Amino acid sequence: MNIQEVKDDLLKAIPNLQIEIEGNSFIIPKEKLLSIARFFKESPKYSMDYLSCITAADYLAKGFFESVNHLYSMQKKQGPIVLKVRVPRENPRMPSLVSLYRGAEFQEREAYDLFGIIYEGHPDLRRILLWDEFEGHPMRKDYVTEDQDS
Amino acid sequence: MTLQTNSSLQTELLEVSIGPQHPSTHGVFRLNAVLDGETVVKLKPVMGYLHRNHEQLAENMPYLASMPYTDRLDYLCSMTNNFAYALAVEKLAGIDVPERAQYLRVLMAELTRLVNHSLLVGFLLNDLGAWFTPVFYAFREREKILDFFEAVAGSRMMCNYFRFGGVKADLPEGALEQVKKIVQNYPRFLDEFERLLAGNEILRSRCQNTGILPKDLAVNASITGPMLRASGVNYDIRKADAYSIYDRFDFKIPLGMVGDVYDRYYVRVLEMRESVKILEQVLKQIPGKGDILSAKGLQAGRAPRMWKPPAGDAYGRIESPKGELGFYLVSDGSPKPYRYHVRPPSFVNLTILEDMCLGQKIADAVIILGSVDIVLGEVDR
Amino acid sequence: MSIDEKLKNELWKSGIFAVKLQELYNWGRRSSVWPMQFGLACCAIEMIAATCARYDLARFGAEVFRASPRQADLMIVSGTVTKKMAPMVVRLYNQMPEPKYVIAMGSCAISGGPFRDGYNVLKGIDRYIPVDVHVPGCPPRPEALLDGLIKLQEKIDAQRIAGMASYSKENAGECPVPRYGKKGLEPKYNPEIFNPRQSWPEQNTKQLLRMPQYKPVPETPKPNPSSQMPSTPKPGDLS
Repeated sequence: MNIQEVKDDLLKAIPNLQIEIEGNSFIIPKEKLLSIARFFKESPKYSMDYLSCITAADYLAKGFFESVNHLYSMQKKQGPIVLKVRVPRENPRMPSLVSLYRGAEFQEREAYDLFGIIYEGHPDLRRILLWDEFEGHPMRKDYVTEDQDS
Repeated sequence: MTLQTNSSLQTELLEVSIGPQHPSTHGVFRLNAVLDGETVVKLKPVMGYLHRNHEQLAENMPYLASMPYTDRLDYLCSMTNNFAYALAVEKLAGIDVPERAQYLRVLMAELTRLVNHSLLVGFLLNDLGAWFTPVFYAFREREKILDFFEAVAGSRMMCNYFRFGGVKADLPEGALEQVKKIVQNYPRFLDEFERLLAGNEILRSRCQNTGILPKDLAVNASITGPMLRASGVNYDIRKADAYSIYDRFDFKIPLGMVGDVYDRYYVRVLEMRESVKILEQVLKQIPGKGDILSAKGLQAGRAPRMWKPPAGDAYGRIESPKGELGFYLVSDGSPKPYRYHVRPPSFVNLTILEDMCLGQKIADAVIILGSVDIVLGEVDR
Repeated sequence: MSIDEKLKNELWKSGIFAVKLQELYNWGRRSSVWPMQFGLACCAIEMIAATCARYDLARFGAEVFRASPRQADLMIVSGTVTKKMAPMVVRLYNQMPEPKYVIAMGSCAISGGPFRDGYNVLKGIDRYIPVDVHVPGCPPRPEALLDGLIKLQEKIDAQRIAGMASYSKENAGECPVPRYGKKGLEPKYNPEIFNPRQSWPEQNTKQLLRMPQYKPVPETPKPNPSSQMPSTPKPGDLS
């Protein structure tokens, strides 16, 4: 899939969109995430019905978290389309994809648990891998592990 | 909580924690179930009891040093975990793989698929109550394959055999004959298993129409692997997005019709037969001798602390025996990955466990969990 | 008081077995150690392989894996113990009836293993419960687990009924269960059992109380080089 073609289709469908291309992925503003994902899911040309992976990365030096979504199509056996959303580290809030894809549920909870990104609209956002009383978000680059021997 | 029923009997809902230690052999996994009598009303899985912060460890080590840790993700199928990681790094750095190494990789991956599926069938029957006898049969076959892995890679379970650009070492003398013998005898074991089980009345009545997963929900919930194919969706990464040399082999994808526990079990038995077919083709086509590690890969392996892939990101995925196993790597040009993420199939497949179990009896919830085929090393990483 | 071997053999031939009560008691206990089904991670698969037909664990009496801790004698901690799981492990240990034994199988249970540097991994289960046998490996082969079980059986053989810690009044108690804290567990380790700064054999004192025979060997004084013993003649200085 030619990435320029995809970008042109996207700009035709949703006007006034500011997206950039980095490598083979799109960097999109967080307010438009749901509408872009819906376009890819429902358009007959792409029909990206399978959300493969949601993950997050912490860019401490640049001051933001990046949430990465990989979309594939099971019907047409094509893909991937990679959508990246950047949120500032001080206020990491972004919309949740659970309303479109059920499979986002556990992966967004994990990103919340380990990074602290709050997904608005998630039905059950709580810690999944660590215990509830844990404080802090361990996968951030500035987290310090406790010393068990002291 | 009390429910007023039609009769004058007052009932209450019972909250039970099927705790981290339990007789079923799936590992430290907890189910918080709310029961009305024996029927499941609500079911929330709790995981994280084996969270070993694999991703954080990988950020502090060179790329090659995380290879043994990938063995311990899905500890039953160490070869396919290595395969997915090697594929992701090769995508990131643009390393090619020579011919013989490709055939060896497919050989190891398909043998691992046989190991995993036979173990799963054994453990599923264990959950049904056939206490450990099917596991004995499954482990008997597994031991033969593990002997081969030990001869090739040095270890039974944690093989650490793949490298970026090939595999670690060539097959020793007589190893191919060992594989030929395994492949010749496997259909007989499958026939024995099928005869024992497919017509078994207890298995059929407990597993058929239990835990049905409709097609659309499966696709929407990002389910992959035999669970998806049992619901009737034809999506196998080996055919849809062929990696390595899978496009050279001729094999079918078995699909289920109903999407219940019985379908999931039977799809796996049929997949074992297809794997045996692939193995026969590999043994015929494998080149007699050749390189097992490409030049770029050798460079990566010789000096792992100095090998720097180009900056960028890559997502490499394979069809592991449990579903789609993917590795997402972000590199900033240094010897250690900036971000390393594992997309585990078992973790994502657990999303609709609650939906499948609602309305079923609690004993059936255990076999539905067994048919999802989870391994906690992968769920929790 | 021990019986003359010849007399013993004579008696055996006529069908009379003369043994000490302690030997008989220990023989019964060590030949039927019932483990608890408690597999945490990868080592659990090798534990299951050890019970299967190839490396049969049933030969050593440990065939019956009990699901409930109330019916088990032995807890084989196989796999990484995480901080989230540690309170459950200690609680299960407390629920086992005396006499009970623990085998730490695999390097993760002994000391944290390859996952040592992590925010959720406990550096060894012997921080909270006393461990009898450590079986190293990653994962240890099934034969290694059998070796560990045999060592445990030897240990049980050497226990004295009179000195059994489980029968003494002052040892009646449970290991305290750690609680979830903000970044880890509280307390970080059980000070009666484990001291991170001291080396073996000073630590694990509770374990040693169970085994009166295993006292630390006192250091033998080194011979003084200027002592009166003549040095052995070296070749070439014949005089």
